[in-house]
Amino acid sequence: MLEQVLYVLSWIMLTVGGFFVLVGGIGALRLPNFYTRMHAASVTDTIATFLVLGGLLLQAGLTIATVKLIAILVFLLLTGPTASYALANAALLSGVKSNATFRKVNGKGSKSGAGQETSVNQETDASQETSASQENNEEQSK
Amino acid sequence: MELLGYYNYWVFAIVLMVGFYAVIVRNNLIKKLLGLAIFQSAVFLMYITMDKVEGATAPIIQEGVTDQIYSNPLPQVLILTAIVVGVSTTALGLAMVVRIKEAYGSIEEDDIIAKDRKS
Amino acid sequence: MIIIFAVFLLTLLVITAIAIVRAENLFVAVMLMAIFSLLMAANFFILDAADVALTEAAIGAGVTTVIFLGALSLTAENEKKVELSRGVAMSIVTATTLLLIYATFEKPKLGDPEAPVHQHVAPWYLSETPKLIDIPNVVTAVLGSFRAYDTLGEVFVVFTACIGVLFLLSAKNPADKQSRRTPPESIGLRHHLIPKVVGRLLFPFIVLFGLYVQFHGEYGPGGGFQAGAIIATGIILFALLEGEKTALAAVPHSVMMAMVAGGALLYTMVGVVTMFMGGNFLDYSVLSSNPVFGQQMGIILIEAGVGITVCGALLAIFHAFAARENY
Repeated sequence: MLEQVLYVLSWIMLTVGGFFVLVGGIGALRLPNFYTRMHAASVTDTIATFLVLGGLLLQAGLTIATVKLIAILVFLLLTGPTASYALANAALLSGVKSNATFRKVNGKGSKSGAGQETSVNQETDASQETSASQENNEEQSK
Repeated sequence: MELLGYYNYWVFAIVLMVGFYAVIVRNNLIKKLLGLAIFQSAVFLMYITMDKVEGATAPIIQEGVTDQIYSNPLPQVLILTAIVVGVSTTALGLAMVVRIKEAYGSIEEDDIIAKDRKS
Repeated sequence: MIIIFAVFLLTLLVITAIAIVRAENLFVAVMLMAIFSLLMAANFFILDAADVALTEAAIGAGVTTVIFLGALSLTAENEKKVELSRGVAMSIVTATTLLLIYATFEKPKLGDPEAPVHQHVAPWYLSETPKLIDIPNVVTAVLGSFRAYDTLGEVFVVFTACIGVLFLLSAKNPADKQSRRTPPESIGLRHHLIPKVVGRLLFPFIVLFGLYVQFHGEYGPGGGFQAGAIIATGIILFALLEGEKTALAAVPHSVMMAMVAGGALLYTMVGVVTMFMGGNFLDYSVLSSNPVFGQQMGIILIEAGVGITVCGALLAIFHAFAARENY
């Protein structure tokens, strides 16, 4: 009985975590400027990581894999916000303005703000995101 | 489903040629080195694709398990060392690019050729 | 199920490769290259190559990116826009791609156990490793013992490349002598408290993990190449956070040079000692009265040599690029 509950719970956590990854990804693509995009991407860093790894923890039970997953979780919770801070700080210093004026544009989000830097920083952001999700994926495939 | 068995090789072919395209078309020397790195990674992918055996696991022998089959360790050994060698040679190329920049003031191939013609 | 995931990752790989070639900002291209490497590592993991995945993740995504960024800061960030006639190149590339894809239909399918690769020497390695060397990780056994010549050659390639980089970058810049860059104190993230604190927190664990990978290489994925890269990454992180000067005080140039030369020397000396003890070059069985134990001892020694050389070489290359900025 307990096993089945844990199993269902783990899959709920995994699904919701996957949903938040999707939300973060859509946000990083569609939001109008750099800071809002980072804000969206931080969803992937925090709650999505937490939920996906939590779901995997429930599936793993009490084995050596659990310890490794907890280590990964601690590592990600430490590095994710730090990287976000460093990124935002670098953007601020290099003069990316947060003129967050939401314009209703059909199709694409408005490309206001500092063009070049914005795209640069977006890439850096994406790389972190990929690295985080990559690790999750690797664990999953185990 | 039958054709998916070749998908890795197709990706190898496309990525290889994307890297090659960067090497022959782009003027920027750093871009050429990036293209070379992509080219190299594509070759790694082909080797590692060849090591896979259906239903096998990584070649780390588990004690007491007799009916387990393992993937081929040989391509893995070759590629493992090749990755490290790859980064060293890329660094050597980048060092040359840095010196070229200092000597010519540019890392664009056509600028360098123009400068060579003038002198 | 796993095949869908693999196809997804491989498709992303193609997209990333095209994006790298199309990107005009070189900084973006280098960042995309890091993503490319991580995707590659995930693919390697799916294809059962745990050792290779670890290497690619540590080196491709970590060290390569840092070295590329170091070179970018010395050259230019943007690519010059040139209108070229790309028709010829495009048609050659397309034709070759189609030819290669056509040729793949002759190849054995993914995971075919009857493929020629799996018939020749690989089964011998898999069946003899428990008897001759008695360590679980066959990749380490092949790397360290059966094909130790090969690895020795690779170590010397790393050694030579490192020497080459140092030759190229330690010469004085003839063009301008005055310091045109910011003084060394302002390099690094020293004034940023949060990255510094977290970096300091993580640094010991990174080095510890590197040592674990080094000495656990006989039992799980790992070994000298990966460990050297991981430890080098940790020290590079330290250098980025604390400034280059502090990092050089912790690991001075003389130590780096000693590591680069010493590791390669250790590897070669193991081979020479086995010759003196009556065996062949790099045949570790003679190192101990028990041949299996001798093999294990030899592998640990040469893996240590590999780790030391790789770590020293990567650090020396990083510092060569970083120091160039101050000329």
